[in-house]
Amino acid sequence: MTLREQLREKISAAFYRHGLLCASYPVPIILFTSASILTCCYPLLRLPLPGTGPVEFTTGVRDYSVPSHEPQGDLGERPDWYRGPPVAYIQQVLVKAAVSPWDSSLVTVDVFRSPLSRAFSLLEEIRNHVHSDSSGIRSLETLCLQVTGLFPGLRRMQSVLPEHGCLLVSPGNYWQNQRELFDSDPDLLKTIQKHEPKGLHTSATLRDLLFGVPGKYTGVSHYNRKRVVTYTITLVLSSYDARFLGSLRARLKQLHPSANCSLRDDHMVHVHFKEEIGIAELIPLVTTYIILFAYIYFSTRKIDMVKSKWGLALAAVVTVLSSLLMSVGLCTLFGLTPTLNGGEIFPYLVVVIGLENVLVLTKSVVSTPVDLEVKLRIAQGLSNESWSIMKNMATELCIILIGYFTLVPAIQEFCLFAVVGLVSDFFLQMFFFTTVLSIDIRRMELADLNRRLPAEAGLPPPKPGPLRPREVPPPPRPSPHTITLQTPAFRNLRLPKRLRVVYFLARTRLAQRIIMVGTVIWIGILVYTDPAGIRTYLAAQVSEQSPLGDPGGGGLPPHLGVAPVFRGGDPTSTLSIHPAPDPTPLPENQSQGHHGSARITWGAEDEEGWRRLSFRHWPSLFSYYNITLAKRYISILPVIPVTVHVSPQEAIETRHPQDTRHPPPPIPKVSADLQTDLTLYKVAALGLAAGVLLVLLLFCLYRVLCPRNYGQNGVAHGRRRRGDLPCDDYGYSPPVSEISPLLLRGHSMDIECLASDGMLLASCCLAGQIRVWDAQTERHNIDFVGGATEPECLGSEARGPSVSGDGLSEEEDSYPLRHRTAPARPTLFTDQPDLTPLIDTNFTSQPPSHLSTPPREGFDFGGLVERAYIEHEPPSNSTYPSPSSASSSPPSGAQLQRRPSLGDAAAFLTQERASTAGTQATADWESSVWAMELRGNLIAAGRSSGKLELWDAVEGSLRCSNEDGVSGITALAFLNNRIVAARLNGSLDFFTVEINKPLCLLQYRGAPGRGSMPPSPCYSSEDVISCQLTRSVQCAHQKPITVLRAAAGRVVTGSQDHTVRIYRLEDSCCLFTLQGHSGGITAIYIDQTMVLASGGQDGAICLWDVLTGSRVSHVYGHRGDVTSLVCTTSCVISSGLDDLICIWDRSTGIKLYSIQQEVGCGASLGVISESLLVTGGQGCVSFWDLNFGDLLQTVYLGQSSDGQGVRQLLVLDNAAIVCDFGSELSLVYVPSVLEKLD
Amino acid sequence: MSLTLTAMSDSAVTSGQQQWSGSGPPPRPSRGPYISAITNRTTNLGIRGAMLFSVGVFLALVLNLLQVQRNVTLFPPDVISSIFSSAWWVPPCCGTASAIIGLLYPCIDSRLGEPHKFKREWSSVMRCVAVFVGINHASAKVDFANNVQLSLTLAALSIGLWWTFDRSRSGFGLGVSIALLATLATQLLVYNGVFHYQGLQYTSPDFLYIRSWLPCIFFAGVITMGNIGRQLALYEYKFIQEKTHQD
Repeated sequence: MTLREQLREKISAAFYRHGLLCASYPVPIILFTSASILTCCYPLLRLPLPGTGPVEFTTGVRDYSVPSHEPQGDLGERPDWYRGPPVAYIQQVLVKAAVSPWDSSLVTVDVFRSPLSRAFSLLEEIRNHVHSDSSGIRSLETLCLQVTGLFPGLRRMQSVLPEHGCLLVSPGNYWQNQRELFDSDPDLLKTIQKHEPKGLHTSATLRDLLFGVPGKYTGVSHYNRKRVVTYTITLVLSSYDARFLGSLRARLKQLHPSANCSLRDDHMVHVHFKEEIGIAELIPLVTTYIILFAYIYFSTRKIDMVKSKWGLALAAVVTVLSSLLMSVGLCTLFGLTPTLNGGEIFPYLVVVIGLENVLVLTKSVVSTPVDLEVKLRIAQGLSNESWSIMKNMATELCIILIGYFTLVPAIQEFCLFAVVGLVSDFFLQMFFFTTVLSIDIRRMELADLNRRLPAEAGLPPPKPGPLRPREVPPPPRPSPHTITLQTPAFRNLRLPKRLRVVYFLARTRLAQRIIMVGTVIWIGILVYTDPAGIRTYLAAQVSEQSPLGDPGGGGLPPHLGVAPVFRGGDPTSTLSIHPAPDPTPLPENQSQGHHGSARITWGAEDEEGWRRLSFRHWPSLFSYYNITLAKRYISILPVIPVTVHVSPQEAIETRHPQDTRHPPPPIPKVSADLQTDLTLYKVAALGLAAGVLLVLLLFCLYRVLCPRNYGQNGVAHGRRRRGDLPCDDYGYSPPVSEISPLLLRGHSMDIECLASDGMLLASCCLAGQIRVWDAQTERHNIDFVGGATEPECLGSEARGPSVSGDGLSEEEDSYPLRHRTAPARPTLFTDQPDLTPLIDTNFTSQPPSHLSTPPREGFDFGGLVERAYIEHEPPSNSTYPSPSSASSSPPSGAQLQRRPSLGDAAAFLTQERASTAGTQATADWESSVWAMELRGNLIAAGRSSGKLELWDAVEGSLRCSNEDGVSGITALAFLNNRIVAARLNGSLDFFTVEINKPLCLLQYRGAPGRGSMPPSPCYSSEDVISCQLTRSVQCAHQKPITVLRAAAGRVVTGSQDHTVRIYRLEDSCCLFTLQGHSGGITAIYIDQTMVLASGGQDGAICLWDVLTGSRVSHVYGHRGDVTSLVCTTSCVISSGLDDLICIWDRSTGIKLYSIQQEVGCGASLGVISESLLVTGGQGCVSFWDLNFGDLLQTVYLGQSSDGQGVRQLLVLDNAAIVCDFGSELSLVYVPSVLEKLD
Repeated sequence: MSLTLTAMSDSAVTSGQQQWSGSGPPPRPSRGPYISAITNRTTNLGIRGAMLFSVGVFLALVLNLLQVQRNVTLFPPDVISSIFSSAWWVPPCCGTASAIIGLLYPCIDSRLGEPHKFKREWSSVMRCVAVFVGINHASAKVDFANNVQLSLTLAALSIGLWWTFDRSRSGFGLGVSIALLATLATQLLVYNGVFHYQGLQYTSPDFLYIRSWLPCIFFAGVITMGNIGRQLALYEYKFIQEKTHQD
């Protein structure tokens, strides 16, 4: 065991040093690695490209012998497939026949009828040819390839192709090789055409097979200008007998001499066919590749918490692929030629090598302490995983070695590749990937640094000094209820990765481009190197122009050398020829050349006429007889040229009676070339059409699969459970910044209104209570004042003052504000001395001044209150004592008359006011607060009774109220010192808040973020505040006003009468009435920059120009009401009743994307920064990245909620959001999000 | 494979839904029928079974094609029909078997009280499937000298598969027993003349080849399906765990 430990330690140390090295010199190491990859891959250039085209090898005829199976010593240029006998030898007899001299009395049918009829006599001649010498008598029957039957599926070929016996094909097969049938055939072309397949066939057709030359060269058509008919008689021989073939050649030449024929007959071409990939093979192949891609996908998905996930994933894949290439390259270098089908074993190799180590490395490095230097992190991460990496590698090597000892050649080869691949993979991991990782992590730290600096610098912009001395928030201290986040470098909130993948692909179209380029290159190379491709074509062109040029050489790929041959050798001279009957010189031969039109010429292109056939020609011919040519070769012998001249008399004699009845063919205006080219054009046009169709189809598919709402998919899986720390199988749990919401409890019923001015937060519940919380610091619910009416409380305790201070414990530091309020108190409460303690003012900052209850370090103003404190002693600071529990228990006795109830001090104050000021306050109990606004330290509350009340937010006192209107206030806007109230009856009231005493300049409070707005003054309690109705616009709208917004000196109202109106705040004058919606207005957004957006019940969203009152854009985005609207500088975000969140481009009005939310989610929206959107859902709030539309995080507000939807959501300036959650308020502080997202 | 992929994406969705429903507040009447169906245990079982079934059928078809391949000539007129060259009931049988196995594995794990923790992730499962296909590929394509060699090679590969992806005693035991049972059943069928190994390139006389070939393939298949089944069950397991945690 000690040995093991030692080993382990050594390995670990070595890895540590290596990590240091890699992280220190990243660039040289990457260069070195790339160089070594390229070096190792260099031998791969010699490997043939994958493709299915046949390859050729040429030998001389004279010294030909059947190659042996065993590879011989001096292979020379012999390809490795050239072993053993070929499947068959192909001997073609190329016949060129013409009617000569051409007579004008002849009809077009004569051009090919009589030449074709000569095929029968030639066939007869060939079949009957017998060669006898000392070794015996040989005829064609003994040599030819005997076939036994057609492939079962080819019934239609039965009448045409020979079913048994010699495989010998010629045009005569159309007429069952019977001259009589041919002669009685009224329409030859029809017979030929009959067997043509319908539609387009690029591969070998039956016509090609029987004629042995491509259709357009046969000359069998009505438009043959040259009047030369070309066809071949193809003999397929199973064994090679030079003598027999020589005698046959001599015999045919003797019978039909070709005068000007200079065809070389000394080359024999062996054609090797690669394996064809059929559908049957393709399906498993595709399956393995899909499995491979799924594997890679699932693996790289786990890469997390790095700067560029994609970069690392790419590096991982590059590592594996190049290690494979290196392995093949190395094996090739050392003489091992791969015999396995590369495409087939490739996925398995990747799977065997695997991406695991790379991932393990990443995880390990990433989980090292962040505060370390990058170098050290890499080194530490490496050394942490060194043992397991080595162990895994040893195991894999062992397994592969076992595989090597199976002694099966294929498996051995696979294992060899795998071993070399594994080793090179290890090398690449250690050098390449580690270095890339170090670069990545360095980048990330840099980015973090860059991002944090301005963030910290810009967080509290120094306010005009003397005015706001208390704006500077205290440094956050880790107290139990503040949100502690791990080290800032690692807050990665981007949870759904799928979206990022999709989005990345869609944005860069990387995959498409790579595939496209690859395909183009591949096709280009294939076209160039294919024997039937452009190269041959070019060569043919060249050789046509110079007929004496070497014809064959150009058509051969360079690595297939042309074997040296005896150029001058005449095979016939060495053969003993069977004495043939005296050739009767044909009279036509002399007459040739009289008519240039019928001149039969032999060119270089005739020498290897089979090259012009489809490369599937031979495989398809053999496949009809169930013989596969895959991975085998055939040998093509030099053609035997035969020239036939037919006299016009003979042509007329062989005419069929119907031939002359044929209508004289239309004068071929279109030349024959064009005619044949027409098919080419057809093919091209069809191909083009198919291409266009394909493109359209792909486009549709793309649209269907990736519509612009990239965010849609994220919802289903994006939900994340609170406290569900992801812990992977390697035991690393990534540092996760969990945002935990803080619940502010205190209301007894559902919260109705929320208002904030950045410093304070006011909430109002259905019960009519108003609570005020300090929103600025993380230590939220500071003190509160509830101003409230509580009917049941009042009902039961109407006798005495039943209100007591809500012992809201404020733990630590305080604000000067409260220093101020403390002295202010006595003046206010002079007439109620025993109420003073009820306002919570216990501050740690000044315990000595008020210390009377040591345990609670705060004020204690009375025994009962103290008891209340004890009762409410919080179990922990983060869970705030819920006063509602106390309030819900009814006061049970006289001694409890001062029991703290929810009606806090201010509740008492109203009570007090009710008793002192008269009866008007009692009406309050019946009316509920419909609208609330908070500015400075004044809370404006609009009640259903039409009463407007102004409360002091700090002290909880009612400062003034206005009862000029009787219609309920549906909406309020509070700007500067003006209050605008919209009423149910559609009227709009403008109030001015007047302060009798000059503003206390020291007490400015305001929203730090809204610098352009004049800070709302802070009214001191000494001021007498009055609220005057300055103007009332009756019938501002025909129907109730639903929305009221004010900003930038404008007040915008939206009503159910489908219109939006803009008022100037100062003089309450109506500037514009905006019409354009076809439904009631439900949402309006206006901000300082005078952007006005409105949404209506018709689902439409309008953008308006506030200065001119014109409509900028008008879009329909929702089915149903638009429930809320928010704008950022670049986009407009809307949510609707259809649970859709749409993001629109602000300038163009184009929908960028939409996010489908869960059914029944809230409609509340908030924008924290330019790229961060908050939405409220069922018991949770979700953060979205606006740039990508993906879900960053979902924060669940409570464990045991009964699914309260978040209906209101306020974004505070310190990146906190507040939302209502049933009867509770929830404060979610999201500092990290702001930092991470710019 | 597309089936498998859709199945997996389905499962991903499912899991997402499960997590969501699990993480949200406890069951509410307002939940959609789909989510409540997924959280239901029997329905979940059904869904898993269906997924496993489809994966099994698909693999059976593809692997059968792999075996058929040697017979295929260059231009067979009926390639597509060769996919279904076996008797019609073979793919459904494979599907059913894989469903049973895939459900049996997590069940046994929970019975034994030793939850399978080794390499529980989809990438590992994909790797396992790829290796399984590779074993089939090798047995179909590679020419072996004799049956013993084939048998030994396949056995080594199968054991390697188990060691790499499973490493549990229960998995091994179950794999071996099911492989033996299945081989026995196949042999019985063959001797009774029901099933003539259609589509395999070796026809009736080569029982020995088949016998050397089948158990290892069965074993590897059992391990693979068990792996998939466990991975699928992981979601349900997580969900239940969360639920109990909540309670």
